[in-house]
Amino acid sequence: MGFEKVRFEKDSARALEDKKLQHALVNVTNRFRSARNKASGEVADWETLRARGRDIKKETIANLDKYLCELEESVRRAGGHVHWAGDADEACRIIVDIAIRNDVKSAVKSKSMATEEIELNANLERAGIRAVETDLGEYIIQLAGEHPSHIIAPAIHKTKDDISKLFSEKFGIPYLSEPEELTKVAREKLRGEFLNAGMGISGANFGVADTGTIVIVENEGNARLTTTVPPVHVALMGIEKTIPRYEDLSLFLTLLARSATGQKSSTYVSFITGPRRETDIDGPEEFHLVLLDNGRSRILASEETRESLYCIRCGACLNNCPVYRQVGGHSYGWVYSGPIGAIINPQLMGIDSAPELPFASSLCGACRDVCPVKIDFPRVLLELRHKVVESKKENYGAGGAMIEKISVRLWRYIVTSKNFYNLTSKISYYLQLPWRSGNGSLRSLPFPFSKWTDERDFPAIAKTSFRERWKKIKQETG
Amino acid sequence: MKAYLFITCLVDTFFPQVGENMVTVLRRLGVDVEFPEDQTCCGQPAFNSGHREDARAVAERFLSVFDKALDGSGEDSYIVCPSGSCATMLKVFYKELFHNTPVLLDKAHNISGRTYEFTEFLVKILKKTDVGARYKGVVTYHDSCHLLRELGVRDEPRKLIEGVEGTELREMEMHDSCCGFGGTFSIKFPRVSVSMLDEKIECILNSGADTVVSSDMGCLMNIGGALSRRKIPVRVMHIAELLASRNNESE
Repeated sequence: MGFEKVRFEKDSARALEDKKLQHALVNVTNRFRSARNKASGEVADWETLRARGRDIKKETIANLDKYLCELEESVRRAGGHVHWAGDADEACRIIVDIAIRNDVKSAVKSKSMATEEIELNANLERAGIRAVETDLGEYIIQLAGEHPSHIIAPAIHKTKDDISKLFSEKFGIPYLSEPEELTKVAREKLRGEFLNAGMGISGANFGVADTGTIVIVENEGNARLTTTVPPVHVALMGIEKTIPRYEDLSLFLTLLARSATGQKSSTYVSFITGPRRETDIDGPEEFHLVLLDNGRSRILASEETRESLYCIRCGACLNNCPVYRQVGGHSYGWVYSGPIGAIINPQLMGIDSAPELPFASSLCGACRDVCPVKIDFPRVLLELRHKVVESKKENYGAGGAMIEKISVRLWRYIVTSKNFYNLTSKISYYLQLPWRSGNGSLRSLPFPFSKWTDERDFPAIAKTSFRERWKKIKQETG
Repeated sequence: MKAYLFITCLVDTFFPQVGENMVTVLRRLGVDVEFPEDQTCCGQPAFNSGHREDARAVAERFLSVFDKALDGSGEDSYIVCPSGSCATMLKVFYKELFHNTPVLLDKAHNISGRTYEFTEFLVKILKKTDVGARYKGVVTYHDSCHLLRELGVRDEPRKLIEGVEGTELREMEMHDSCCGFGGTFSIKFPRVSVSMLDEKIECILNSGADTVVSSDMGCLMNIGGALSRRKIPVRVMHIAELLASRNNESE
């Protein structure tokens, strides 16, 4: 992996050129969107559930220190080990150490955005440990050497044809056109991996503080195998995934499944409390929970944007975002994409690494409408935009930033004086005349206005403004 | 009943006829119209692009202009604005902008409590859905994002359109999906913006409407800019123009 800086403008331009990707994005987001709308519409008190979900998250995040300690104690009580990882390197080191201690040569992984975030696979490989993704989408992405482009559907940017070619090339098998055949190939390959793996690595959708239970939702059964077959199970969980009580689960599982895929419930929901007990038929001998901070406590410290941590990673904001629908996940430059990526990538990576992302939104608010915990995306984006501008103040080197700053200041002086404002409108009226076309609009303007007129006409400034006309209108009566 | 126009800098400078249309409709309904002449911009462009210090300076001036204009006015005085987005700046974003300045926050609360977007004012305050307009055409309505999602105004413009004699309202698919304008977004990421716009135009065309109406000139200059560039003969109209219209001509 290794992302140094997000380049939204450049990467989104490439995505817009990719016809196959455009087609896939429309299909998948439409499908998810209508499934979600149907599934949430079936629940009579859906809005109440969302409000309740938000309240619980708000209370949990505000008291995260307390709940995390409770979670740690509960996991230990159940016989598990708990590790605290301040950043990505520390988390990788902890997991590699567990693997080395257990003489692990290969590990199976179920789908986890947190492991993508810390670039775990590359770190395991450097330590001589093979890590195999077992979620079908992730498996495809790993074979192709790419990154996920959607939180819950990592391979949506790949067509069936792409996958058929990939399998044929990587496994030396004939081109298979049926999805069932492709899935069968993957399943056969993966069965062996499960049986041989010395360690299973998973993420966690929820970590329940009062019981120490880790909850994983999925539809393929690979996470169930990952967490039960190998002798060691390591779960990596972002600290914000904590929920206080076991009884809160039914609410969050409802919100998550219906918002994510439009299912009433995911096909598999695994509740894991510690390692195998004496009476259990299967399950790992060792269970480790790695709690990942990696910038999250920085978000926690910022009261204005703290609600970014309420996210339960359902992906509904992606499917409903008109920007994501055009540009896909890779344009966001890091593991998280769409509206949630636009707010958490800059906060987790540091605002200077992703200064474009808070601006990569028209602030339409469609994301907020579908968010199961009602994150106020536009408000958070606006806060982050302010932070970007403030941070750029400090390093004035960026030319674009300086030009923007000067323009805004100039604009401010114009609009805070009526006379200056009137004069500017007048002067602009005459300045625009050379660009006016037959129908009165402006067809091409010099840079930076060309960014508008390359594909759209721009309206001409009126000869007499409303305020000038008002003098006459005032005299007339209705 | 008195309406103080918050005309918006966009309408003032580029689309003064929309302001005139709004005056026509309001006067037709017996409203006394005033225009506080010192107003310029509400500060939204700077606020939306993160320049809060500059936005505050502009917004503070804006507040004092309207504070002065409304000073001593009666209970039945309102501020009316032909833009959901600019009304949102006052009603929603000023609270963010001034949350650390109690005096200005109070002022903002007072002003924003009396501020209504044009269609909301007609339906909620004047309780009118038939304003005596006549327009022969098939109209599709584009929901502007701020009006819909920040101010929660969905039905009012539709009721008004349905009240126009001779007009058929035909919903487009994805009528509440953003057109790609987003203020500075449209020039920060023009290609993404136009790609969103392509989708919107397809929906407009598929609806079979001959006129697209919205409550924000921001969206309409974006949609209209592409329609005119592509020579697509769909008429773009601010809702004030439709409501002022008599026999396909605004008065």
